[in-house]
Amino acid sequence: MTPPGTLAAAWLIARKDLAIEFRTRSAFLSALVFSLLAIVIFRFSWDPTAVAALDLAPGVLWVTFTFSGLLGMHRSFGVEAHDGAMDALLVAPVPREAIFIGKALANLLFVLGVQAVALPAVVLFYNLPVGNGVFALIGVMLMAAIGLACIGTLFAGMVANTRMAELLLPVLALPFFVPIVLPAAQATAQILADRPLSASLAWLRILLAFDLVFVYACTLAFPFTLED
Amino acid sequence: MTANALVEAAGLVRTFGTRRAVDGLDFALAPGECLALFGPNGAGKTTTLRVLAGLLKPTAGTARIGGHALPAVEARGRVGLISHRSMLYDALTARENVVFAARLHGLTDPDAAAERALEALRVADRADVAVRALSRGLQQRVAVARAIVHAPDVLLADEPYTGLDEQGSAALTALLQERRAAGAALVVVTHHLHEGLALASHAAIMLSGRFVRFERAAGLDVPAYAATYRGLVA
Repeated sequence: MTPPGTLAAAWLIARKDLAIEFRTRSAFLSALVFSLLAIVIFRFSWDPTAVAALDLAPGVLWVTFTFSGLLGMHRSFGVEAHDGAMDALLVAPVPREAIFIGKALANLLFVLGVQAVALPAVVLFYNLPVGNGVFALIGVMLMAAIGLACIGTLFAGMVANTRMAELLLPVLALPFFVPIVLPAAQATAQILADRPLSASLAWLRILLAFDLVFVYACTLAFPFTLED
Repeated sequence: MTANALVEAAGLVRTFGTRRAVDGLDFALAPGECLALFGPNGAGKTTTLRVLAGLLKPTAGTARIGGHALPAVEARGRVGLISHRSMLYDALTARENVVFAARLHGLTDPDAAAERALEALRVADRADVAVRALSRGLQQRVAVARAIVHAPDVLLADEPYTGLDEQGSAALTALLQERRAAGAALVVVTHHLHEGLALASHAAIMLSGRFVRFERAAGLDVPAYAATYRGLVA
């Protein structure tokens, strides 16, 4: 009987979270409906004679991704709080870091799932030309999703046992989302404007640097959020 | 450090703010020993158990499981925790919950281990039902199956009989006795003196974070002990 290593335990936890989400679909449907509603509302409040679609769309995309992602991240620790399930996870012989990596991985797949539906909706509603830059755009979304999932998971764990978790999570996480969302939105704008990838390179480097910082810092910080 | 002790608390203190929920506990349990912990609400029983499970850090003193200081992974891997809360995922089936626990403990055949644990609690026939669709008593049986699936050396049980019917209580008592006979050390927190003393090798009454009585359970006059308990907590 050898307990699983950090990555194996993280994968078990991620699989368990995804299985729960697949059964209930509550967070994914909420995030999806929120995303589509936000995109539609932005579309109807948009004056095309004042602002070009290419200028507005990156903002719409990243506002939508950021807030819809938070819905799933809040839910990821909600399932642990129910009837004390987190205690069983903490007693199990797995490193605390594995819990974070597993939760963050499940949240990453959640955010990517929402993005996979929201991106075509934005392209459709704003009639965006993404033909050549679609793979670059997917790359930016993946890089940003990694940072968002790490920060969101850390703060979701931190506020899970507080009375106002739904309020505290966005208040605490949003300032830390800025270094991820800003370069992601800027790179998205460059790609949608059909500029060469070299024009986005500086933003992509910033995004990658913050991804690395947040993956490392959040993994190290997470065990301390579990202390009473 | 006491030689051969599976559970050991030395000068164990746990405070919340200025309140000392656990106030200097010293005890050790060897393999096959069982401590029944009695006391009124707020006496510090659950906090003691949570410290021994590695869920709370001691403010002072040490808690060890099998010689490993908590919350080391080596110590936690030897512990099974039963609580009055089910600690289950209600969207998953009973089997999925137990298999998940078995996998986290690195069992070589988690499916077979889960099946054995569910059978021991007489809930195998409901193994593929989502936990949310089970009654409270059946959920508690699944929770016990989850806690014992890896045959822990140390079983910590906080009000384990919560919600169990007569058949479930009998299955749990048999299982706890079986674990004890197999050499596990048990700490059982309960308000039921008769059930607790029937299981225990040692009995303790806890008040305000301290043991006011700690003795061997063998030979205890249960009615006299119950009267003493009632007098102490009154």
